[in-house]
Amino acid sequence: MSTAAAVLSNTQIERSPSHSLTIYLKEAKYEFLKNLRLRVYTVSVISFPLMFYVLFGLVLNAKESIGSTHVPTYLLATYGTFGVMGASLFGTASGLASDRGLGWLQVKRASPMPPFAYFVAKVLVSMGFSAIVVLLLLVLGISFGGVRMPLAETAKLIATLVAGSIPFAAMGLALGYFTGPNSAPAAINLIYLPMSFCSGLWVPYMFLPKFVRQIALALPPFHLSQLALGTVGAGFQQSTATHWEVLLAFTLICLGIARIGFQRDKGKLYG
Amino acid sequence: MIATLEQEESLQHANSRAVVASLESVSMNYGEVRALRNVNFTVRSGQVVALLGPNGAGKTTAVKLLLGLLQPNSGKARVFAGDPTHPQNRMRTGAMLQVGKVPETLRVREHIDLFSSYYPQAMPLEEVLAAAGLEKLRDRKFGDLSGGQRQRTLFALAICGNPDLLFLDEPTVGLDVEARRALWEEIRRLVNHGKTVLLTTHYLEEADALADRIAVINQGEIIAEGTPAEIKAQTSGKRIRCITELSLASLLQIPGVTDVKQDREAVEIHAREAEPVVRALLARDQSLSGLEITSAGLEEAFLALTQDNNQNANRQD
Repeated sequence: MSTAAAVLSNTQIERSPSHSLTIYLKEAKYEFLKNLRLRVYTVSVISFPLMFYVLFGLVLNAKESIGSTHVPTYLLATYGTFGVMGASLFGTASGLASDRGLGWLQVKRASPMPPFAYFVAKVLVSMGFSAIVVLLLLVLGISFGGVRMPLAETAKLIATLVAGSIPFAAMGLALGYFTGPNSAPAAINLIYLPMSFCSGLWVPYMFLPKFVRQIALALPPFHLSQLALGTVGAGFQQSTATHWEVLLAFTLICLGIARIGFQRDKGKLYG
Repeated sequence: MIATLEQEESLQHANSRAVVASLESVSMNYGEVRALRNVNFTVRSGQVVALLGPNGAGKTTAVKLLLGLLQPNSGKARVFAGDPTHPQNRMRTGAMLQVGKVPETLRVREHIDLFSSYYPQAMPLEEVLAAAGLEKLRDRKFGDLSGGQRQRTLFALAICGNPDLLFLDEPTVGLDVEARRALWEEIRRLVNHGKTVLLTTHYLEEADALADRIAVINQGEIIAEGTPAEIKAQTSGKRIRCITELSLASLLQIPGVTDVKQDREAVEIHAREAEPVVRALLARDQSLSGLEITSAGLEEAFLALTQDNNQNANRQD
């Protein structure tokens, strides 16, 4: 019985807070490295917004203005939103759908990994890549587009856009739970590209047809772009609080949907 | 007499070992499909237990229930006398599962580093690499590994946390003979260090080589359980070959016959014991000729056991 007692005694191995922190950091570090080395991810997530910005903001309309705002500065906010959205959606949804559908998430769930660490890592890495895209856009704008902004304003723009990654990371988690490994990228593009257009991320809002402008009011990227434009003095009169509220509500809805998916997965077998 | 006493003692010794994992009257359905039916199954401390069965028998389901990845429709799955999903229990458990895709852009040592961080008393990286035979592949990205190397990496992830209980779901699939033997050696070494292992396999040879106890599972039911010797004794059937006028259907009616096959001009009959069947055959067919009786091989015996079970199931239906 002595062996029995020894084997069954639940020696309480509590994780110290510093051990938990180590796990979260490692999870985020390797999630970052994984995506950084994934050419499909870096090419689509980083180069597309940069290319669009160079073409429409630096090559074609560099001398123009929208309202009182210089085009390269204006588009910094909208293509920044576009970039953040891509980095966050692709950073969460496609990885999650693939990990779920092809068994890797089960291996992780069978381990003592804190389940939260997996999701936090994805959100943090989405914010990290969002920051990279925004910084690169800024470097391009400052170097070649004559963008001149006070430091405080620049910091505010970066902070707004990086924080704005969270609603789209949440949306990505929801999408990742309701798409398969093969359908996820297509599903993301199907939502991401029309949503970007209708929110005025490619063609500025005021140049959009009237009915599209009405749709835009219901779209989260529109509200994030308005917040970003607000930091460069090109936003609408609507209060910033309203935009944040819309994004917060959207985030909570997406997390709720993701939670339904998480619960649904619990009783299911894959592969 | 002495032998019996010794056997009893060893039996008592085996039973005195603590149960570290168990399925208690577990049934599991996937929609209409019944994956497990009223399965009772225990794994005791310090043992290697093999869950042996054909594909689709319910082996993986049993492992996933014990890992807390699935909840049974009825019955209970327990690990260390508690809930398999409890973090305390997961810290003492390692698992190698069949997985379709592992993040390919991370290196072998990076995967191990991450999984090691989940455990409170993980093994040093070098030891894990050596145990899984991955020293030379440490900097290789997962996507650049061969099938066997991938299996070894997954094995490394299962053992890196120095767990007391190890679940290995078809661990040697895709390994060549040499790598398979090396993995067997490693599993034996772990058990010598007091670890407990539950492995699933569809190779009787593997179960025979490694396991202290074998549970044969087919169509969601455990149809035989015991030491490898006991299983072999239970399954060691005979193969009777002869040329006869009797129809296959009427041959199947003979008590003790488990399977009948037409083999060119002759029939091949599988039976638990040869003598009563041969007696019945000779009595029913005076013209019977070309009689041969051989012992069925291990794989065939296993096949006979599972097929017997299938037939019974069909008859019941």
